Order: sequence, then C-alpha cells, then structure tokens
Amino acid sequence: MPILEGKELRIVGFLCNWCSYGGADTAGVGRFKQPTDLRVIKVPCSGRIDPLFIVKTLMAGADGVLVSGCHPRDCHYSEGNYYARRRLEMLKRFLPIMGIDPKRFDYTWVSASEGQRWQEVVTKFTEQIHELGAAPKIAGAEAEETLKLMEAAL
Amino acid sequence: MKIGVFVCHCGSNIEGTVDTAAVAAASREFPGVVFATDTMYACSEPGQDGIIEAIKEHKLDGVVVASCTPRMHEPTFRRTLERAGLNRYLFEMANIREHVSWIGKDREANTNKSADLVRMAAAKLLKNRPLFSKQFPVNKSVMVIGGGVAGIQAALDCANGGLKVVLVEKDTTIGGKMAKLDKTFPTVDCSSCVLGPLMVDVAQHPNIKLHAYSEIEEVNGYVGNFEVSIKKKASYVDWDSCTGCGLCVEKCPSRKATDFFNEKLATTKAINIPFPQAIPKKAKIDANFCMKLQKDKCGVCAKVCPSESIDFSQKDEIITESVGAIVAATGFDLFDWTVYGEYGGGKYPDVITSLQYERMLSASGPSEGHIKRPSDGKEPKNVVFIQCVGSRDKSVDRPYCSGFCCMYTAKQTILTKDHIPDSQSHVFYMDIRSPGKLYDEFTRRAMEEYGANYIRGRVSMIYPQGDKLVVRGADTLMGAQVEVDADLVVLAVGAEAAAGATDLAKKLRISYDNYGFYMEGHPKLKPVETNTAGVYLAGACQGPKDIPASVAQGGAAASKVLGLFSQDMLASDPQVSVVEIKRCIGCGKCIETCPFGAIKEIDFRGMKKADVIETICQGCGICTSTCPQGAVQLQHFTDNQILAEVNAICRF
Repeated sequence: MPILEGKELRIVGFLCNWCSYGGADTAGVGRFKQPTDLRVIKVPCSGRIDPLFIVKTLMAGADGVLVSGCHPRDCHYSEGNYYARRRLEMLKRFLPIMGIDPKRFDYTWVSASEGQRWQEVVTKFTEQIHELGAAPKIAGAEAEETLKLMEAAL
Repeated sequence: MKIGVFVCHCGSNIEGTVDTAAVAAASREFPGVVFATDTMYACSEPGQDGIIEAIKEHKLDGVVVASCTPRMHEPTFRRTLERAGLNRYLFEMANIREHVSWIGKDREANTNKSADLVRMAAAKLLKNRPLFSKQFPVNKSVMVIGGGVAGIQAALDCANGGLKVVLVEKDTTIGGKMAKLDKTFPTVDCSSCVLGPLMVDVAQHPNIKLHAYSEIEEVNGYVGNFEVSIKKKASYVDWDSCTGCGLCVEKCPSRKATDFFNEKLATTKAINIPFPQAIPKKAKIDANFCMKLQKDKCGVCAKVCPSESIDFSQKDEIITESVGAIVAATGFDLFDWTVYGEYGGGKYPDVITSLQYERMLSASGPSEGHIKRPSDGKEPKNVVFIQCVGSRDKSVDRPYCSGFCCMYTAKQTILTKDHIPDSQSHVFYMDIRSPGKLYDEFTRRAMEEYGANYIRGRVSMIYPQGDKLVVRGADTLMGAQVEVDADLVVLAVGAEAAAGATDLAKKLRISYDNYGFYMEGHPKLKPVETNTAGVYLAGACQGPKDIPASVAQGGAAASKVLGLFSQDMLASDPQVSVVEIKRCIGCGKCIETCPFGAIKEIDFRGMKKADVIETICQGCGICTSTCPQGAVQLQHFTDNQILAEVNAICRF
C-alpha cells in the first residue's frame, strides 16, 4: 500500500532478533506510543546486515533507514554487533559520496528490556526524517550506476 | 507458491485499532496470495484448525499469519503447518500487535501499516524454501552456576534424575544467602536445619562434582555441547588433602581478616573456614591478611597442619568441563545502603543491615545469638526497622519491590521479642507486601501477638542523640511527624543483581534487564528458560525471590534440563548458513569472522573452499554479510529474502 500522503514517510528499520526486535516488542507491550512510519525487517543479528541493504533500501525509495542491534559487548552471537558497527560507520561516511544525505541513515543499540528507549529512538529518528522531508527520487539508470559504484566500494 | 493470509483480531488487541477485514482484503491483491481472511484468535484451537482447513481447501503451500510477535507464537504456527503437512519454514509472521496496534491509535495508519507488514511477509515467503533439521548427540551432563539454595535444588534434582552435575560456586562454601539466615519466614524454623542436609547431599551425591571457590572464565559451544572453562581460585590450601580439622584456623595469629560470612560484623583469621557447616569444609587463606604471603613471615599454619595441605605457592588454575546444559543460579546482592545519607550513610555503627542483624540473631553468629549494639555491646530495648531501603525508590535507581523485605522484617521483630522479651520493635513501612501462603497471617502475628509497632511512612532522617539514635519520620496514617528513640536501627535492605552478573550474562550470551537481572525467555510461558538454547535460570538471578520461589524455580530449571536430555539426539535448527561451492573463491573471510568456528576450509577438487559445520552454526549470518561473493547464504535470511522485504515496502 502506498504511504499515507502527508502523514507518513517511508522508513525501514533493520532490527536484530535478540535485542532490538525484543525491545520493540517490549515497547509494544508497554503501549509506548510511536509514530507509524517505520516498518521493521527482522534479521538474526545486526552483523547480518550488509551495508548494501541500506543503500539498496534508500535507492528503492525509502526516506530513511534505521538499524538497531544489541549494545556492544552484549551480542547474542558474541561479536556480531562489532562487525555491524564497523560496517555501518563506514557506510555512514560513504553515503555523502553517493549523493545520499547521511541524516537519512542512523544506527543505534537497544536491548530487549529497553522498550522506552526504543520509543525514544523511533520517535526521534522519525522526526529527523520528517524534517528532511521525502527523499529525492533517483531514477533508473542513475540509480543503477550509483549502486554499481557502491558495490565496488564496499 | 500459493499463499494464505490470516489476519488475527487478537480479541480487541488488534481489531481495536486495525481494520483486520480491510487488511485481509488488501492482502488478496499481493503477489502469490490466493486466500486471505481475518480470524478472531489465530492461535486458539478453532483458529489453528481454520488455518489447516484453508491449507487443504485452497491447496496452500505457504502461510502468513498477521498477529502478535513471532517471539511469542512462531513455534505454535509452525507446528500448525506441520499438522497440515507443510514444511514449518513455509511460514511467515507479520507482527501487527506489538509493532502496530499497541503503539498507536490511528486506525487508518495502523491498517495501512499492517497491510504493508503482510506484504513484506508474503514477499519474503515467496522466497522461502523447506528446511530440514539434522540430529546431533547430546552430552547429558549439566553445569549449575551458583551454590545458593536455588542452585543446590537444581543440582540435586538433576543429579537425582540421573544426570552428571558440575556445580560451580564462587565462594569457598555453598549455601549462599540462605546459609547466613538464622530463621526463615513464615514458619520461624531454623534456616540451617533446612539447608544443612541439602548441602550435605550435594557433597555426598555421586553424580555431583563441586568446584567451590571457582568462577566461570569462558563459555563456548551450544546446546547439548557446551565447553566451559572454570577458574579455580588459589586458596593456598590443597583441598584434596585438607580435612577441615580447623587446627590451622585455631593457631593462625592474624585476627584481622574481614569476616564476610558474618557480614563484616566481626573479624576472622587469615586462614579460615567460613562457618562450621561449610561444604566443602576446607580452609582458605585470605592473602590480604596472611603474614606469610604479605611479608614472608609466620607460616604457622603450614607447621601445624597435620595433613601438610598448606601450599603458599598455589596459583589460580583453569580447568575445562564439557556439559550439555547450563543452569545459572547466581543469586543476588544486597543493596548498599550507605548511599542513604539521611540514614547515616554508614557513619553510625548502630545502624545496621537486616543481614547483619540476622547474623547477630544466629546462635552461630559472632555474638552467639545475643543482640548487641555494635557501638557499646549493650542490649538494645528499642529497635527500629526501616523498610524499603533500596527498594521501591526511584531516587536510588531501584524502583522495583524486592519482595521479601516485608516478610523478613516481620520475622526479625518476632525474633527480637523472643530474644529480648522487654524490647519494643518499631517498623517504618510504605506498604506491607505479603502475598505468599501464610505470609499475611505472619505479618499480622508480628503486629498483634508480638506487639511490633508498625508506622506507615518514610523516615526522613536518623541522627545521634547521646548514646541513642533518633529516627524521625512521617506517620502518614496519623498525618503527623513522629520521632522514635532507637537503641538500634535495622535497615531492610533490598536486593539487586549480583556483582558480575552482567559479565557472566555476556559469557553465557543471555540477556539481562536494566538492573542486571537475567531475562527469562518469556515472562509467562518460559519463566526458567532463556533465549539461548540450553541455558536456564533459577532463583534470584532473574529477579528478587524468597526461598520457596527459589527452590521451586531450581526444581523447574532441573525439570527443563531433564526434559531436554530425555532425548538422545537433539534436532539442530536448520536456519544455518550454506556455501554455494561454485561461487566460493576460498578467500577464508567467513572462516575468520565466524564467532563460533563453524566454518572450516575444505579441499574441493584441489581448490580451497569454505564449508559450514551445520551443528555448530548458530545462524547469525555474519559470514553472509562478510562474503564478497555472496557465496555463503544464511538460510531463511538470505540476501534475496531480505531484499524482497525491502522491495515490498519501498516499491511505491
């Protein structure tokens, strides 16, 4: 379904199964009110997230991408979030080179018990994306080329 | 693939803010979807039967259920699919309760978002493949970490069930907090008479191996096959030959070592056995106070020891144990009350903690059961108890109720009257919480039979006046300020997570809450499980618990372990990585990054390739995002599956 015109923007969240997905659940159980823009994609670990997913998501028309995993030192798979942190920090620096506003992407750490923190993170990030407004659409050939560049770089 | 979509009302939980019929209607337009309906409770028997019927009637080969979080009912619906003859992995869940209906009231936005989530799930499902588990053998032995009453119970129940048990305790003796108690509520029976025999059973049980004065160093492996390295701390005594005769303790000239067992109320010898009923009954040297170890003088213990067990050169030692399951029973610590400046902050010797008071009441304590003021050794007549010290207090970051303080305070007022018949107890309380069996009756007895004076209100300050302490507080029922002259003040300190609990959690790869208490798999349905397969919880490491609850949980954890081990082979989770051999260039990056050592190098027709060891792979997918060729793919979370979800949301 298309997004609700004037109400929502397209925000995609990649959440690790053990901490942040659980944290989002905890926020739900606690009935912590949040903006409706963000759609969650569950991954087993933040270390599973290929930076290209984020680029591809932004290329496909998302206005913002949020990644959330377990706090560093607190990974269900020992060290997945360290890999994630390195890759995502790299990506953050690459985005402007690719012509993407780095403010459209952020990563954070939320544990399964931090429902309130998830509420704050989502609310803040959604507000940030709304301030930026809808992302400029990158058309066919140009998008292809950017993606290729990105793939070569990462 | 023919997909069926079932949108759950969850009563009014979802239907209240999501138009489920509209979501179902929208779903019918999604690629692959041939059937969609809304249903009252998808997880109920009629709900599940409805799914099975629809699978048969519409010849579905994939199912999306839009309902609660997959962390709740994914296994339930996977079983439903299996009952209908489908592979359990041809199933996806859209979380429209926790992530939609419960976090916003805008029905239009919620309905729209729910449909989006269903579209994502369906798009991913189109790329799902049937997956099949493999079988692997289990090591039917269990490690229990922590030798308090919960750990003891778990260890004994497992051992009696025929399992080999390794019990690891960080102190030199098992017994935990319960061993320090004089009496227990609500029966006022003696704590060591209940616990003592259990401790002996642990020592004598042929199936239990006890590592006291040891800590967990590292945990490797997975359910059924854990490898745990344990640090055996140096006690400077050879415990194999030490008989616990106590001659060394008797002759040791150093008398200033901190007596931790007696809550620092007294001092002890540099070489000591914490209490007479200790298990194992072995001596340990406190290096900080030993003159031999500090200044290379003395050595009396070595001279008198009849079994020549003293070994000043002993070092910490690392040993490894292989087990199939782990029970964490690391208990709790008491809140450090000295942050309360208004209660003296540790300055007044006659303001003590409840556990110190407990040691004072105990016949085996430093004062042999006589209540004496620490300042002058006089018998107190007016004893003031203050509840909720480090519980239900946001200002010290302990907003939770510790649960047992109301009860032990009532017990201590009763014991005070027993010890000093002409004494008077005063209890400042916020609310009395006594929900256990015979608990409320017990607190009433303290008030009515033993005449404890209960005052509802917080204490604002304690200050010394002469040789007394003045306790000033509010009586909120009278609506007045009150001042009580106290000879002794006992603070009912609350519970907090044990020191080092979070470090252990990281080693065990289990989660903990904001306060460091371990998180159970599900607050209702999995109270002793964790989210890490094969790791279970018992006792106060999960949250403050009294003795009956700890024992019950210890038994419950044991029953889960016995249940797990009732199978000779365990089924592996097939959501593991696989290598597409043609794409693999043998660079070995996946081997380097895998945290579990689950990928090995193989020789394939003379070429280097990677290969995943299925039973070791934990399904994190770090290798998948590392592989420059996309040759390693985590099944059920492949690049194509994740990007299918992305495209399903972003195509507009």
